[in-house]
Amino acid sequence: MVALLKNRHVRDGALQALFVGSILAVLAALAITAKTNMDAQGLTGGFAFLERATGWRVGFSLIETDATLTYAEAILIGVMNSLFLGAITLPLATVIGITVGVMRTSGNGMAELLGAIYVETFRNIPMILQLLFWYTVLLAMPSPREAELLLGSVALTGRGFYVPGLNVTGGSVFAGFVWIALMIAVIVRLTPRRWRNIDTTRARHEKRAVWLLALLGFVVALWLGRISNTTLTSIPEAKGLNFKGGVRISPELMACILAISIYGGSYIAEIIRAGFNAIPKGQSEAGKALGLSVWHIFSRIRLPLAIRIVMPTLINQYVWLFKATTVGIAVSFTDFFMVISTSINQAGQTMELIFMLMGGFLIINYSIAWVLNRVNDAIKLKGTQLRI
Amino acid sequence: MSDTSFPARPSVFGNLKTRYFNGPVNSTVTVVLAALALWVLYGLANWALVHAVWGVDQGDACRANRDGACWSIIATRWRIVLFGLYPFEEQWRSGLACLIMVVVAVLSCVPWFWSARRLPILWVAGFTAFYILMRGGFFGLPEVVERNWGGLALTVFIFSAVCLIGMPLAICFALLRQSSLPWVARAMGLIIDTIRSLPLLAIMFTFAIVLPFALPEWAIGESLYRVIIGYSLFFACYQAEIIRGGIQSLPSGQEEAAKALGLGYWHRIGYIILPQAFRNALPPTINQFVITFKETTLVTIIGFFDVMTSGRTASGTADWSFATLEMYVFLALLFFVFVFSLSRYGAYLERRLGVGTR
Repeated sequence: MVALLKNRHVRDGALQALFVGSILAVLAALAITAKTNMDAQGLTGGFAFLERATGWRVGFSLIETDATLTYAEAILIGVMNSLFLGAITLPLATVIGITVGVMRTSGNGMAELLGAIYVETFRNIPMILQLLFWYTVLLAMPSPREAELLLGSVALTGRGFYVPGLNVTGGSVFAGFVWIALMIAVIVRLTPRRWRNIDTTRARHEKRAVWLLALLGFVVALWLGRISNTTLTSIPEAKGLNFKGGVRISPELMACILAISIYGGSYIAEIIRAGFNAIPKGQSEAGKALGLSVWHIFSRIRLPLAIRIVMPTLINQYVWLFKATTVGIAVSFTDFFMVISTSINQAGQTMELIFMLMGGFLIINYSIAWVLNRVNDAIKLKGTQLRI
Repeated sequence: MSDTSFPARPSVFGNLKTRYFNGPVNSTVTVVLAALALWVLYGLANWALVHAVWGVDQGDACRANRDGACWSIIATRWRIVLFGLYPFEEQWRSGLACLIMVVVAVLSCVPWFWSARRLPILWVAGFTAFYILMRGGFFGLPEVVERNWGGLALTVFIFSAVCLIGMPLAICFALLRQSSLPWVARAMGLIIDTIRSLPLLAIMFTFAIVLPFALPEWAIGESLYRVIIGYSLFFACYQAEIIRGGIQSLPSGQEEAAKALGLGYWHRIGYIILPQAFRNALPPTINQFVITFKETTLVTIIGFFDVMTSGRTASGTADWSFATLEMYVFLALLFFVFVFSLSRYGAYLERRLGVGTR
């Protein structure tokens, strides 16, 4: 026995078995207790509950549902809303981040000062506090009766923002965005494999064709999703105590968009700034020596280099930002997390729902990271000409 | 730095010219941005200072004046924000306890405390003092159970408990993930990656509301402590990756030299690897503390009476509901003071230690 314990291989094997075994044992114990508790409450396990009606309504949905909303539909709406929020806020945060990041490295003292104030203000206040702040501000806007149409088409009221829109179904908008995302994936895949290796003009033509195809597919998706018996465009107009027509952006959605993109923007700004600072001075000096204009040095040399330098950090930031969209529950925005937590309270199918929540976030986050890592692979600097 | 001829230091006006008015484009940008900033500042000052209503119990004056801020709500109801449901006569204890933790935080910034022995002793002692003061029940202090804690003290309690539990856990996780036993490293990696890809809110929710369902009766405990454990786990997974980054940035010669000298595993880890790894990982670690403190506010969604909830309660009654915005501004300032000083300190340390420049 002692000889056996002195054998290194046996000891290592036993230690590993003990470690993995104890983790599995804890998980099994939790599952068994949960099962016992569910049996005691008379709940049947499994996913049959997804077909049951929920009895509540969701505040914001991209797809139309009838009066009886099943759990499956509610969860689908939640997932779509989360993705929708992410699809709006992540690019918006990037735009804000790049703008402020450029301001902070511009060399103009005033721009640097304002950029620094922006970053220090919004990075040092919890996001949920910012969310509630914007929500309060939005709710304090004038009521629809008192609000006026700006430029004849936009109304900012306490019950939401009314902007011109198209009379199309939300599902078709979602499908259109999915199509564009697919086309971007095609571009990302073809860039290193095909377009790097063929004639530049031909590659440019092909790339343009894919972009056109993306746009065309988007338009077709919207056209197919047209609501019958209505005009294509819909412009808000005051009717009685409220506005009719157009698209209403609810205060909840608007507050989420503002808070997440402003907060995320302040983090991305710092990442971008670090990227600009990491570019060797020789790069822009070489550009100057070649007689390039300030704009060309920025757009053709510094920005592309900075984006490539910070891409790995940026990927982590996007995953983190997407997870942060769950704070929407604080203002009752019906995202994935809110639907799941409400369902747990109502249906009691705790284990299944938590399982779906974790699975859903794992899939979404790994997808974001996977796609962006492919983007990174496609654009990253090859060779060793530039040491960063 | 072989070039020893530094350019002469520019004068104030020269500096002003090169940084603000260097060419027509630059000058225009400066003027436009300055005008924009002044406009915002003017509106802000008008609202927050010129037209504001100050003083205790000025609710009616506030309602009559909607051009300016109503700081009267802070003057009147600050006790609710800071102390929550804590009994009125005992609120000095809550304030003193918070002060102790602030002192502990400031002391941890003094280099003298940066050793594996002094820092944990400081934090454990501070935390124990905090808990004894808050909980009471001896030394003639009336007992106040955790359920009645609230406001800033609860936020500070959750934050420091998470740091105290999370830090040792993070070191364990990082070492397990770096283990030479492949299955231990793989299992730990899977756990860390899974927890890191879940939102903190989902973890808190699971520990507060779902976990009692899967625990035997004797292990359920207070929901406050379950949330703290869940948050610590989340913190540990993030911090473990930071420590792992610090370990991996060490030259492998360090560990090899220690091995060659015949040091055992614990000596290598405790005296060679971890001290250097922590030095390398100091800036991201401080950043992690900053994020952890900010995200403590998420417990308000799970229904705890932290400083966010108490702020909303203070402006939640009918006679003060119009001043919600002022309350949020006050909370934002409160957080700003803590978080800004911590992040500035982090930036200062980064410069001082010269991490990244060597």
